[in-house]
Amino acid sequence: MAHESTYTPSTGIGRWIDTRLPVPRLMHDQFGVFPMPRNVNYLWTFGAILSFMLVVQIVTGIVLAMHYQPTVDGAFDSVEKIMRDVNWGWLLRYAHAVGASMFFFAAFIHTFRGLYYGSYKAPREILWMLGVLILFLMIATAFMGYSLVWGQMSFWAVTVITNLFSSLDSLIPGLGTTLVQWIWGGFSVGEPTLNRLFALHYLFPFVIVGVVILHIWALHIPGSNNPTGLDVKTKSDTLPFHPYFTIKDGFAIVLFCLLFGVFLFYAPNYLGHSDNYIPANPLQTPPHIVPEWYFLPFYAILRAIPDKLFGVIGLMGAIVVLFFIPWLDTSRIRSVSYRPIFKWFFWLFVICCLVLGYLGSQAPDGWYLFWGRVCTIYYFAFFLIIMPVVGLIERPKRLPGSITESVLGKKTAAPSGGAA
Amino acid sequence: MRNILKLFAAIAVLAIAFPGAALAADDGHGTEIEAQDWSFAPPFGHFDRAQLQRGYKVYQFVCANCHGMKLLSYRNLGEPGGPQFSEAAVEALASQAQITDGPDDMGKMFQRPGKPSDRLRSPYPNDQASRAANGGALPPDLSVMAKAREGGPDYLYALMTGYGEVPEDMKMTKGMHYNTAFPGHQIAMPNPLSEGVVEYTDGTEPTIKNYAKDVSAFMVWAAEPKLEERYKIGARIMIFLIVFAVIMYLSNIAVWSRVHKKDHAAKTET
Repeated sequence: MAHESTYTPSTGIGRWIDTRLPVPRLMHDQFGVFPMPRNVNYLWTFGAILSFMLVVQIVTGIVLAMHYQPTVDGAFDSVEKIMRDVNWGWLLRYAHAVGASMFFFAAFIHTFRGLYYGSYKAPREILWMLGVLILFLMIATAFMGYSLVWGQMSFWAVTVITNLFSSLDSLIPGLGTTLVQWIWGGFSVGEPTLNRLFALHYLFPFVIVGVVILHIWALHIPGSNNPTGLDVKTKSDTLPFHPYFTIKDGFAIVLFCLLFGVFLFYAPNYLGHSDNYIPANPLQTPPHIVPEWYFLPFYAILRAIPDKLFGVIGLMGAIVVLFFIPWLDTSRIRSVSYRPIFKWFFWLFVICCLVLGYLGSQAPDGWYLFWGRVCTIYYFAFFLIIMPVVGLIERPKRLPGSITESVLGKKTAAPSGGAA
Repeated sequence: MRNILKLFAAIAVLAIAFPGAALAADDGHGTEIEAQDWSFAPPFGHFDRAQLQRGYKVYQFVCANCHGMKLLSYRNLGEPGGPQFSEAAVEALASQAQITDGPDDMGKMFQRPGKPSDRLRSPYPNDQASRAANGGALPPDLSVMAKAREGGPDYLYALMTGYGEVPEDMKMTKGMHYNTAFPGHQIAMPNPLSEGVVEYTDGTEPTIKNYAKDVSAFMVWAAEPKLEERYKIGARIMIFLIVFAVIMYLSNIAVWSRVHKKDHAAKTET
């Protein structure tokens, strides 16, 4: 796209296709010879891992949908029936359920990698925003998928989360209630709710595929960032995508599958909650309603804020704020490796997110609530105060002259590239 | 590169270590759940057929008086990876149950002996009947019970062996029974097991502990009938992935060595 095409079809058919729908040229230019900064480390393989996981989720999900029954009376039993009576059903269902966790695990690493190396800065703002949009769609999709199991946690998670909209009643009386009933398709979470959740859960992954294509498109305009955050200057800074990064990504995907396999085959329910094997019962609230682990930090933020409406705003804001960080970060340089002050704040932010995750799994009282509030404040302060201020006052370390120099030495302060 | 491999290794180790830790953990209600040795522990475990058969017997003579297991069919009892009763035994077990079928040609429901394709007979026709017969409490279906409680079989074992004298400082609600494992220590279910209540024919001591252990194992199988297949397929896939990972690692080195050679040449030039 931004580069001269080097594709020359060698056969008559190849030339015929090339003048009509040049898909082979696209593949050659974007995934064959596409120049990648040669120093990207293994954190850059998570893009490929995520693409792989998206395919895993869609393929297993489509087959599951062939056997699933989106009815209040049949949903829970149909999931169990899939695992008992459908050929390889247990594998499909557990792969899909564990796969969601793996997907989020990879997405979080991918996001933090972008955050650390400043991959959101010019000229990659739209690329980053599309990524945040994908994260948002993933959250919605995973939430709806979890509800389909129709266990106790499914049911009560839907009840709690949809009820959040009723907080709008404090703005315009009646607005929230009307909205919630519209979402439910009735006066409580029931069959119409389950049916629309199923329909949308099937739709959203394909929306994600669309945004992923835009995400990759936006990536291929400036090309990948790299651990130094420097722009590519000469041809020696890059290597062709194939074979260097196809093989590296492939290796990383296999390693990731090993981790996936450990959970899938030996602890498929470890990441879930045992209460979700109790069929949904609208008359009995579980003692603790907790979401899946990947939502726990957001859940902690929601519960840290005493007011319901502001809690919801905080919950949404935790994602929305990510859209703005290309402009909130005032630093001239990208990679946190060269930012001696911001580095500390960054790692504190990582710890803050992990602590929020832990607090989200605990009852919100006493010290748990106190630390939940401290971490919530830091979460937003990190983006809204620390990012703009530190960028202005900080004096970055000396950057290497080029990507090639960072790899080949002169003993500059290059982070261990790993790859090269 | 090496750091990243270490990271992956650390994550894998943590991933394996944590489920074990979780099983041993306290459930937060002030109850202690002791971890037991189970033959089906990952990654290479398998069910003890004789134990599952004994467990079914305990289920049939004790639990099934109040609890259903509606996700299982009698045929499952003969399938690989389970108690593996013989075909004749499955038919005999099924035929002991009276199943309501119909409607017949006259539009009437009728009773007939069970067939292997029937679901395990539930003791009550509906939840209301179940509550009416149990003082308002609803004995839950046990099909996935082993997955529906934190601690799984350890919890079930602790629950069934956890009945005892009410401590003096504890006030019990009427009709409730003291149990050390149950959250809140008050459970509606009376102590289901007593020594010798079920006859064992394979020489196993007919103790409460053995009953509890056998029926807990049976309930794990009932909740996870494909557990053995999962471990077996899992081992094959994991071995394949490890070999594949080694091949990919070596290929990666081979491909990147071209770059490293060039780099080396460039370095020596300068």
